[in-house]
Amino acid sequence: MFHLLWLVPAIPFAGAALLMIFGPRMAHRTAAWIGCCSIGISAVISMLIAWQFLHQPPAGGSYTQHLWTWMSVANFHLGISFYLDALSLIFMLVVTFVSFFIHVYSSEYMRGDEGFSRFFAYMNLFVASMLVLLLGSNLLLLYLGWEGVGVCSYLLIGFWYTDPKNGLAAQKAFITTRVGDTAMAVGLYLLFRQLGTLNIQSLMQAAQHQWPHGSVYATAAGLLLLGGACGKSAQLPLQTWLPDAMAGPTPTSALIHAATMVTAGVYLIARTHVLYSLAPTAQLAVAVVGAATLIAAGFAALVQDDIKRILAYSTVSQIGYMFLGLGVGAWTAAIFHFMTHAFFKALLFLASGMVITSMHHEQNIFKMGGLRKELPLAYWAFVIGGCSLAGLPLVTAGFYSKGLILWGALSSPVGSATLWFFGVIGVLMTSLYTFRLIFITFHGPCHHKPSQKTGWLMGVPVIVLMTLSVVGGFVELPSYLGNHPWFTNFLQSALPATAEGHAPLTELGAEGIVVLAFFLGLGAAWFFFLQRRELSESMAGSGLGRALHRWWYTDWGMDWLYDRLFVRPVGWFSRTNKKDAVDLIYTGTAAVTRSGWSSLRLTETGRVRWYATALVVGTVIFVLIVALL
Amino acid sequence: MFALGLIGLLVRRNLLFILMAIEVMLNASGLAFVSAGARWGQADGQVMFLFILTVAAAEVAVGLALLLRLYHRFHSLDVDAASEMRG
Repeated sequence: MFHLLWLVPAIPFAGAALLMIFGPRMAHRTAAWIGCCSIGISAVISMLIAWQFLHQPPAGGSYTQHLWTWMSVANFHLGISFYLDALSLIFMLVVTFVSFFIHVYSSEYMRGDEGFSRFFAYMNLFVASMLVLLLGSNLLLLYLGWEGVGVCSYLLIGFWYTDPKNGLAAQKAFITTRVGDTAMAVGLYLLFRQLGTLNIQSLMQAAQHQWPHGSVYATAAGLLLLGGACGKSAQLPLQTWLPDAMAGPTPTSALIHAATMVTAGVYLIARTHVLYSLAPTAQLAVAVVGAATLIAAGFAALVQDDIKRILAYSTVSQIGYMFLGLGVGAWTAAIFHFMTHAFFKALLFLASGMVITSMHHEQNIFKMGGLRKELPLAYWAFVIGGCSLAGLPLVTAGFYSKGLILWGALSSPVGSATLWFFGVIGVLMTSLYTFRLIFITFHGPCHHKPSQKTGWLMGVPVIVLMTLSVVGGFVELPSYLGNHPWFTNFLQSALPATAEGHAPLTELGAEGIVVLAFFLGLGAAWFFFLQRRELSESMAGSGLGRALHRWWYTDWGMDWLYDRLFVRPVGWFSRTNKKDAVDLIYTGTAAVTRSGWSSLRLTETGRVRWYATALVVGTVIFVLIVALL
Repeated sequence: MFALGLIGLLVRRNLLFILMAIEVMLNASGLAFVSAGARWGQADGQVMFLFILTVAAAEVAVGLALLLRLYHRFHSLDVDAASEMRG
């Protein structure tokens, strides 16, 4: 079965190529079939591979498929080869499955859109690039997929390109992630220069042998790769593009900006975890970035009024949790949270797509309300997804994964009580903004009657993801619930176990505080946004409340800051330098030639006798000069 | 005699006279060669004159053809009429 590995990225790629070439002349139905089937087949193949991986694990816990040599220059050899181990297997499974359901959903959501086949072409290309990123056995192939998903993200955010606003959002996403990618490219050069290879596995071995613990090179490489991960995963300080990326169609937001692409940074750090183990400073930076992001994005999510922007900030915040997990060495916990997050965040986005469709593309939650009776499926999807996101104890997936990360933050030797405390505040914020969203959208008085009913093609993926958002957490039960760490055991071959250190609390006690934070947030949301709505409005209306509201609404003024710091100076510079100083050399040469021409052309009179006179005078002068010298 | 031809070339506007002035100049240089050859007892001067004679014949053929074309085009022999190729 393992030899079918190459088909997993190849089939979506073939689907994308087919849709790009024949798409414009294709019936929408055919395009949808091709789009969904290519991902479906690749999901089935991933499942077969996973089956064999579980029953007959390959020697050494990994399988490499070398397809062909990409480039070979001097001692620089790169192959197009795929590397499968427990880590990439988990990512591959989640990506193909969640993508498949989102494709099925989009075949109804995008119905009647002009760019129907174009949409599926981009989506297929995106999944193919993501799989190349996950399976690439060397960092350059990973980088190829990395840039591929960046391009697809650009294309899909600006999918409705007739509105200039969407085009600007697409450019913002592309340029902001490019900042991180530059750091990552520099990191790749550094690694190649120092260790002489880009193959991830040999790179990690070489790093372990050649670099001492805490070496400068490991720290630099770790920080540079973290820069790339921050760009792609929308972490501080490069998170500003993700909320604007909601300009794309909702299934895009579900697929790219929630479930899969933005977790590429998490994958990169988990893949190169050896570097971070060698460089405690870089690892601490990962944890700090994660903790800061999850708090900042939590506050920003609390005051948004656009249903998709709330979810976007919650994505930023949840990826902050994954970074926190990676930063404290709770590798498997972070990957576990990636999986559950993919399920419940895709669910929330698909459900918000249902709400938006039936509200005639209205996205402001304050113009909704009382939709509970009208849209029961969307309501229950939101309740289950929201509970999973906020971490309703025992029955939801998010509870287990987030609990594991927080326990890692408290107990691991790298972690600390401060990081854990930030995480707990994050839990409080998460449950507050999630239930604010649910209460305002689905409870209270009904402002507008929703019109459209959604069909089964949108319903089935939502129901499947609802199920996964609940049962997805039962693959890893913490010690106080019988201690069945199946997920961790499975990942053991690829990632080191979370180191246990001294913790000031028992796991059960720490979990109790997290649960308390969850219920505190839920209670506060219930009180302020359902029981006494006027109280929250008067708070937001007061002087301090308004200032805070505006500050958080603009994501702590980050856009404003970047506008002042980078966009305007660059704009000013390009305006003042419109004529381009460097070009002066070339334009100057041209101007001198031109003026020479315009003065010499006066001698060209067309009168033969003048020419003859000039000839004579010239000859006389020449003869005189020769005679005199 | 050469100076006479040169002045004729510069001051006349009629193409026919310009050609004749050139002819005068060629003959002047030919005469200079022949007399120089006679003065120093060399045959080269006369050989040179034969060359000049050939060149002059060719020049007259070309010049008269140009003259005919000029007359057809402008109905005059004034060379300043043909000054359309100003820069």
